[in-house]
Amino acid sequence: MGWPRFFARLDGPTFHEIPASPLQPAAISHYSIVNSLGAGAAPVLHALRGRESGLAPCDFETVALETCIGRVRGLESRRVRSDLAAYDCRNNRLAQWGLELDGFAGAVAAARTRYGAARIGVFMGTSTSAILETELAYRRRDPATGALPPGFRYTETHSTASLGDFVRRYLDLHGPACVVSSACASSAKVFGNAVRMIAAGVCDAAVVGGVDTLCLTTLYGFHSLALISRQPCRPYDAQRDGISLGEGAGFALVEKPRAAAARIALLGIGESCDAHHMSTPHPDGVGARLAMQRALDAAGFAPADIHYINLHGTATRSNDAAEDKAVFDVFGAATPCSSTKGATGHLLGAAGITEAIISALAIEHGLIPGSAQTGAVDAALKCNYQTAGRDAAVKRVLTNSFGFGGANCSLVLGAVG
Amino acid sequence: MRVYVAGVGLAGPGLAGWQASMPVLRAEAPYQHAPTAVAASELLPAAERRRTGVPVKLALAVGSEALLNSGCDPAATATVFASSSGDCDNLHQICEALASAGREVSPTRFHNSVHNAAAGYWSIAARSREPSTSLCGHDGSFGVGLLEAAVQAAVGGRAVALIAYDHAYPEPLHAVRPIAASFGAALVLLPAPGSRCMAALEVEFVANGGGAAAMADAALEAVRAGIPAARSLPLLAALARGGAHELALECGGGAHLALGVAPCA
Repeated sequence: MGWPRFFARLDGPTFHEIPASPLQPAAISHYSIVNSLGAGAAPVLHALRGRESGLAPCDFETVALETCIGRVRGLESRRVRSDLAAYDCRNNRLAQWGLELDGFAGAVAAARTRYGAARIGVFMGTSTSAILETELAYRRRDPATGALPPGFRYTETHSTASLGDFVRRYLDLHGPACVVSSACASSAKVFGNAVRMIAAGVCDAAVVGGVDTLCLTTLYGFHSLALISRQPCRPYDAQRDGISLGEGAGFALVEKPRAAAARIALLGIGESCDAHHMSTPHPDGVGARLAMQRALDAAGFAPADIHYINLHGTATRSNDAAEDKAVFDVFGAATPCSSTKGATGHLLGAAGITEAIISALAIEHGLIPGSAQTGAVDAALKCNYQTAGRDAAVKRVLTNSFGFGGANCSLVLGAVG
Repeated sequence: MRVYVAGVGLAGPGLAGWQASMPVLRAEAPYQHAPTAVAASELLPAAERRRTGVPVKLALAVGSEALLNSGCDPAATATVFASSSGDCDNLHQICEALASAGREVSPTRFHNSVHNAAAGYWSIAARSREPSTSLCGHDGSFGVGLLEAAVQAAVGGRAVALIAYDHAYPEPLHAVRPIAASFGAALVLLPAPGSRCMAALEVEFVANGGGAAAMADAALEAVRAGIPAARSLPLLAALARGGAHELALECGGGAHLALGVAPCA
C-alpha cells in the first residue's frame, strides 16, 4: 500500500496550510483547580504571586529515582463519594477534590437546572488515567495463575474512559461525554471539543477538564528517556536539564458566549501535529508555530493583541528551545511570556486545563506570573521571558500545550467585554 | 447533523479490507472467521516502522484504505482516533517491567504508551499537520469518535477521517478487560457530497437511547459485541448494502447515536 497519487505531490518541505475556521467565542463561567500549589483558585493565585513552587524531592510510593515531584498532599486519605466507590483510585479522588473546590459542582448543578442534564457535555483530558492501580496490581499477581488480585477494577480505574465516566456520574450529566488522550495537549484540546459540540447544537454547555496523577509509568518512563531533572525543573534556565512531574486537576464550565455568569472568554483554539517524531518536538517548532497561528486566526487577533503567553515550557533543553523559536517567529521578542511548570511541575494530561486556569487568573487578577525555580535565563533563547513576575493589566493570553506524538494545542483567552 | 461518507477502511477477524468484506456485510457471502491480518505500513520511515505494534499498524492500514478510497489528500485531512485501550501489548510489557526489581522501562515502549501513539505515527506517515484528536469512550469509543468526527466535518466544513481501532490485551489484563480480537474501522466524512460520495449520514446524539443495532449473523454479532471498534459493524453493513437505513450505535454512558444512512443524491 502507498500514497501513489499523493506522495509525488507531497515530496519536499511544503505542507498544506488550511486556514483555521473562525471560532464562535465561548464563555468560561466557572473553574476550579488543585495541584501541589494548593487546593482552590485562591491558594494557587497566592502561590503564583509569591513565585512559590510545589516541587519537592520525590517521596511517592516506592519510587527510587532522584527527582522532584509536585505532589498533592492528603490525596491518599480521601475517598470518592460512596455511590461511586467502584471508581475509587488516586486519579478519581483528585478529580472529585477538584469538583468540590471553588463552588464548581454547585455551579454545574445550577447549569443543569438551566439547560437540562442531557444538554451539558463532559470532555475530560488525561494521559495515564488510573494506570497506577494496574501497576500496583501487577505486583500482586497470583503466583500460580498470574491473575490480577481479586477486586481489581479495570473499567472504573485504569480505563482511559474512567475519568469521563466518573465526572459525568458525579455531576449527574447526560450530554455527550468522552476522554481526550492526546498526551500533554489533552486538556487544552477539550476546549475544542466543547466549542464544536456547542456550535453543532449537540449541547448547550460543557464541563471540560483534566486530571493526571503520579504513577510509575511516567516517572520511570521519562527517566528512561533521560528527560527528568534531579532538581526542581527550571524552565528557560541556561542550566535547565529536564522536567519535574506533578499531579493536578482542573475543571471549567464552558457556555455559549452570552452566558450571564461569564468570567473569561474563550476566543481561539489552534490545533496541529508536528508530523516529525514521537517524543521529540520539531527542532524549529513548526507544529507549535502552526498551533499558535491557528489560535490567533481563529480569534481574529494579531500577535500584538496578546499581552501574555503561558508557555508549555517543560524545561527540557530541546522543548524550550523549539518553543522559543516558534514563539519568536510568531510574536517576536516583545510579548511577555513564562512557564509555570517550575511551580506546578509538568501535569501532563492536566497541564492544558491547569495553565488555561492560570491564564484566567492572570486576566482576572492582573498578573504576569513569574517562573519559579528559574535562575539565569538561557541567553540563546530570544523571547521576552519573565522570571520575576509582576502585576500588569492582562486582557488577552495565549497558552501553549504540546505533547508526545507531536500533538499541539494553543488557546486564546480574554477578559469578558 | 448531516455529513457524507467518502471512504471506508476495515480490518478485522475474517474481514480483510473494505472491498473484500462488502459481500459478507451484505450477507451475499458467508462469514468465515480468520485472524485479523495487518501488515506494517510502508508509509512510515523504516525507523518508525520498526517501533510500531499491531494497534498502530491496524490504525494506519484502515486509515490508509479509507483515505485512498475517498480521494481526499491525507495531508489535508483532520483525524479523530478512537480506541478503548490503545496499544495493549505495550501497556502489559510496561506494567510487567514496573513490577520487576529493575523497573527498566524501554524509552520506545514509553513513548508508544500514549493513547495518541497511532495519531503520532499517522501524522508522520500522512505528512499531516492538520488537527488530530485521540478519544476513548470505553465500549462506546466508536460512537464518541463518530460523533466528534461528524461535528468536526459539519462545523469545520472540512474532511475528517475517523480511525477506530482496538486490540486484545494479553493476560492477565484480558481476564478483566476482554477484547476479543484486533479490529479497525475508518470512515472519511465530508461536509458536502463530493465526487466519491458513498452515502449521506445523518448523526443525532440521543441521551438515554434505546438498544444498539446488532448483526444478523451470529458470528459477526460476536465480533461486534466483543470488540469496541467493531460496534461500527451495523453502520458498515448499511454502507455496504447501500440504500436507506436507520440504526443506533452506543455512544458511552447509556447514550446512543441515532444514524440515518441514505444514498448521496
